[in-house]
Amino acid sequence: MQQRRVIPGFSLSMGFTITYLSLIILIPLAALFLKAARLGPSEWWEILTSPRLIAAAKLTFGASAAAAVVSTIFGLLVTWVLVRYRFPGRRLLDAMVDLPFALPTAVAGITLTAIYAPNGWIGQYLETWGIQAAYNPLGVFIALTFIGFPFVVRTLQPVMEDFSVEYEEAAATLGAGRWIIFWRVIFPMFVPALITGFTLAFARAIGEYGSVIFISGNLPMQTEILPLLVVSKLEQFQYEAAAVIAAGMLIVSFILLFLINILQRRLNWQNR
Amino acid sequence: MSISIHSISKNFGAYTALDKISLEVPNGSLTALLGPSGSGKTTLLRIVAGLDFPDPGPGRIAFHGEDVSEVSARKRGVGFVFQHYALFQHMSVAQNIAFGLRVLPSAQRPKKSEIRDRVMELLKLVRLEGLEGRRPHELSGGQRQRVALARALAIRPKVLLLDEPFGALDAQVRKDLRRWLRQFHDEIGLTTLFVTHDQEEALELSDQVVVMRNARIEQVGKPQSVYDQPRSPFVYEFLGNVNKLHEGKNVRYLRPHEIDVLFAAECDPATDVLARVHHLFSAGPIATLTVKLGDGQFIDVELSRKQLDELSLSVGDEVAVRLAARTV
Repeated sequence: MQQRRVIPGFSLSMGFTITYLSLIILIPLAALFLKAARLGPSEWWEILTSPRLIAAAKLTFGASAAAAVVSTIFGLLVTWVLVRYRFPGRRLLDAMVDLPFALPTAVAGITLTAIYAPNGWIGQYLETWGIQAAYNPLGVFIALTFIGFPFVVRTLQPVMEDFSVEYEEAAATLGAGRWIIFWRVIFPMFVPALITGFTLAFARAIGEYGSVIFISGNLPMQTEILPLLVVSKLEQFQYEAAAVIAAGMLIVSFILLFLINILQRRLNWQNR
Repeated sequence: MSISIHSISKNFGAYTALDKISLEVPNGSLTALLGPSGSGKTTLLRIVAGLDFPDPGPGRIAFHGEDVSEVSARKRGVGFVFQHYALFQHMSVAQNIAFGLRVLPSAQRPKKSEIRDRVMELLKLVRLEGLEGRRPHELSGGQRQRVALARALAIRPKVLLLDEPFGALDAQVRKDLRRWLRQFHDEIGLTTLFVTHDQEEALELSDQVVVMRNARIEQVGKPQSVYDQPRSPFVYEFLGNVNKLHEGKNVRYLRPHEIDVLFAAECDPATDVLARVHHLFSAGPIATLTVKLGDGQFIDVELSRKQLDELSLSVGDEVAVRLAARTV
């Protein structure tokens, strides 16, 4: 006998969910793998182990991870300031955090390039220090930091707003100083949200294209990112090869995100 | 240690939370700060803990004669139990209790084995043996409260402060814990100050009740004396059910159990008035009766079930009511 449900509409909403997910995620992904499957294992191996691709993969995943780490640290700082203090212009600053979400990534890329290029506002000073930001892996990293940062702020903000000052007061009456209160009481409670923010920033950075291609200069073996290789394969009408690179990226990203997910489950005090 | 509060004032902008409060909490006593919300009782408790500071001026707080007004919460050595316990969610019960010992400067910090022993001892004291590995969200409300208590006691505080200790609990758990806390206090004998808005809780639990209202102390005394000799209509009303009887310009305050009900035939015009039974409620040992007086005023009367049975009353009967009480 079918069990009666209290909340109506399960079959309708579940059906809709599956249809929707199929149309926008599963079918396109399946098509991607089908396309890639037209090439045999040896061709896969050849494409995925070419030195140019390996270099691009290192840069993509490395710069994404580094940018996500920096976004996480500064995201924590910015969120702290936004949530804990009241100052004139706070709302404006809060709204500005979302700009990287709204701005077309190409605009961001061109702007960052103009600023960090050797003759740009900031680039010229970096130049005197012997640092070249644009057309360098550092430029890729800068663009990815710009893109990833709001994810951390927006995941952490609600958690921090819910954080009761009583925890700090309890720790203070127990004899803890500010430093210990932060590291042993406040910070651990934010760790799950920080990891979520990191993951989102990281995932977003791996797929980022628009903002990076302008500032990176796209030098083969040096500043090429994986999405750029996909696009260049497409431009050469090598659709299968493009699909293979994309599939490879997808698999590696999935494994990485899955591992982070496991780590988060283990660190999250709510699940233990 | 005794707590001496001398002329403490606290204003939040135009709002006065405490107005020159002075109070003595005797060593080893269990004292209740009782008052409606907004009376300033929690602010006073927080100032004693050093979590808030009083307005600059002559205000002083002393523990056992030692002025602690300028000492921060961190160094003041009070055990504070928050209304919602504020247990650290990411730590186990044992880690929560050990926190105050672990954060001591290394010179004063006990050895790991000593901390462990102390945690076990405290768990036994609050009857939570075996739960040291649990996390706060896996505990019931009553257990959480006792963990918070154990955590506060771990640092061997000079005084214990509890903010609405039973506020977040079910009625039944609340009664059990209340009794337990009283016993517990008698065992450890630590000077304890707690905040409550529940008069029954304050009267049943404490050695001394401090009734607060509008940033001032209305009355201080033993529960019995505050209940029997209220100094103001406010205290009269706040400490239990009361009938307000308007007699010309005067208001007469009568507790429901201070009124006798007799057969109408026994009415003595000198002391009694005639009334009609308006409502009857008699579940449990105490029956509550609402009677309507000749001038239209209603009075609640509490009788024992036995008395009610002897009178064998029903709604609409005429009775004589003996109002033996004083005017405030």
